[in-house]
Amino acid sequence: MTTEVVAMHMSDGIVNAPTSLAFGVVAIVGLAICVARARRDLDDRTAPLAGLVAAFVFAVQMLNFPVLPGVSGHLLGGALTAILVGPYVGALCVAIVLVLQALLFADGGLSALGTNITNMALIGTFVGFAVAVALRPLARRSRAGLLVTAFVAAWVNTVVASMGFVLEYALGGQGLALGTVFGLMAGFHALIGIGEGIITALTVGAVAAVRPDLVYLLRGQRSELTITEATVR
Amino acid sequence: MGAGHAHTLHHVGDSPVHRLPAHVKIVAAFLMVIAVVATPREAFWVFGAHLALLVGIWVTARIPVAAIAARSLIEAPFVALAVLLPFFATGPRTEFLGLSLSVDGLLAGWNILVKGTLGVLISVTLGMTTPVRDLLAGLARLRVPGMVTTIATLMVRYLEVIAAEARRMRLARVARGHDPRFLWQIGPTVRGVGTLFLRSYERGERVHLAMLARGYTGSMPLLGVPTTGRRTWAVALAPAAAAVLFATAGYA
Repeated sequence: MTTEVVAMHMSDGIVNAPTSLAFGVVAIVGLAICVARARRDLDDRTAPLAGLVAAFVFAVQMLNFPVLPGVSGHLLGGALTAILVGPYVGALCVAIVLVLQALLFADGGLSALGTNITNMALIGTFVGFAVAVALRPLARRSRAGLLVTAFVAAWVNTVVASMGFVLEYALGGQGLALGTVFGLMAGFHALIGIGEGIITALTVGAVAAVRPDLVYLLRGQRSELTITEATVR
Repeated sequence: MGAGHAHTLHHVGDSPVHRLPAHVKIVAAFLMVIAVVATPREAFWVFGAHLALLVGIWVTARIPVAAIAARSLIEAPFVALAVLLPFFATGPRTEFLGLSLSVDGLLAGWNILVKGTLGVLISVTLGMTTPVRDLLAGLARLRVPGMVTTIATLMVRYLEVIAAEARRMRLARVARGHDPRFLWQIGPTVRGVGTLFLRSYERGERVHLAMLARGYTGSMPLLGVPTTGRRTWAVALAPAAAAVLFATAGYA
C-alpha cells in the first residue's frame, strides 16, 4: 500500500527570503516570551522533564494515521502538548522538536524554520490552548466534555495553523492564486484536523483517566474528598 | 528488542570540515540557505554555482555523494508540489508536448524544486559533518538560553528510548492482530499514545530526581570551550560569503 504523508514541514524556497527572515524574527520573539513564561510553570531544575515531553512529541510526530485510504497524516501535537503541559512549555517543546528535526534530520528547511515554528509551535499551541480554555467549564464537567474540548481544540489548531501557511504564502509565495492555496489548505487540514482531534481527545482522555493531576488544563481543580462507607459484614 | 540505532545524519569522519567548531558551521549553513533562497529564480547559473560550492565542501569533507543522496530523499514530497504547480498556476500559458502549462507556474515549480533541494543538501552537509552533541553545544555557544539547550539535550538523549518504547507497543498491538486502515480503528493506537505520554513524563520525573541526586543544579557544564579564532570564522564562512556574492550577482 502506498502511503503519502500530507501533513509536513515547509521546505526552503516556498516563501521568499524577506518573508522567511520576518517570520524568523516572529519565531524568535515568540519563543523568547515562551522561555520567560515557561520558567513560571517549570523552573530551571525541572527542564529535564520538559526534555522528556519533547521526546514524546518527537515520537508522536513519527506516528502516521490514516486520513483516507492511501493517504496518511502525522500528528502536529500542538493542542495535545498545550493541554497536557501548558502553552508555554508546550510551544517550547514543539519548537525544539522542529529545530532538531531541521538540524539532525534535514526535515524542514533551515530558512523555513521561522515559518514552521510560527505555524506549528506558536499558532498551533496557543490557538489550541485558547480554545481549550474557552471550553474549560465543559471540560471540567465530565469526561465526555473533556474529550469534546480536546477534539475541538485540536481541530481548530490544525486549521488555523494551516491558515498561517496561507498568510505566509500570500506575503512571500509565488505561482498559485491565493484562493487555490486557501481552498487546498483549508480542505486538507479540515480532514487532517479530524484525525488530529480524535487522537488528541483520546490521548488526553487516557491520561486524565490515570493521572488527572498531569493534565495542565485541569490544574487547580481540587476534587472533593468523598467518603463512602464500606459495608462491614 | 525494538531498540533501533540513531538515524541522525552524522557521517563519521575527520576532515577540515568535520573539525570546524559546530557553532561556526551552524551560522555558515543558515547564511548559505538564506543566500540560496534570496537568489532570483531566473538566474539559473547561480544555482549551478551554489551546487559547485557544495560539491567543493563535500570533496573537502570526503563524504560520498551516494550517502548524501540517500539522506536527501526526505525532500521527495515537495517534488510532487513543484510538479503540480505548472498545471494549476495562473498567468500566460505555454504548450509543451501537447500540455498547456502556466509559464509562471513552471518558474514557481522550478523555484521550489531547486531551492528546496539546495536547502536540504546544505542541511544534510551540516548534519553529516557535525556530531549531535556538538550541534547542541554549538547552539549553547550561540547564546540559546540554557533552558532550551537542556530540554534539547535531554530530548536527544531520550528520543531513542521513547521511540523504542513506542515501537515495542506497536509490535505488541500488531502481534495481537491490530491492523488499522481507517480512522475509526485507531482506538488502541491512541490509548498507546496516552500510555506513552505517562511513561515519558514519569521517566522524566525519575531522570530529574536521579540528576538532582548527582548534584545537578539547573545547568549543564559546557565542556571544552576553546575560543574560536578569526581565521576559523573566515575559513568557515568563505563558502557562505561566496553564495551571498553569487546571489547578489544573480540580480545584476
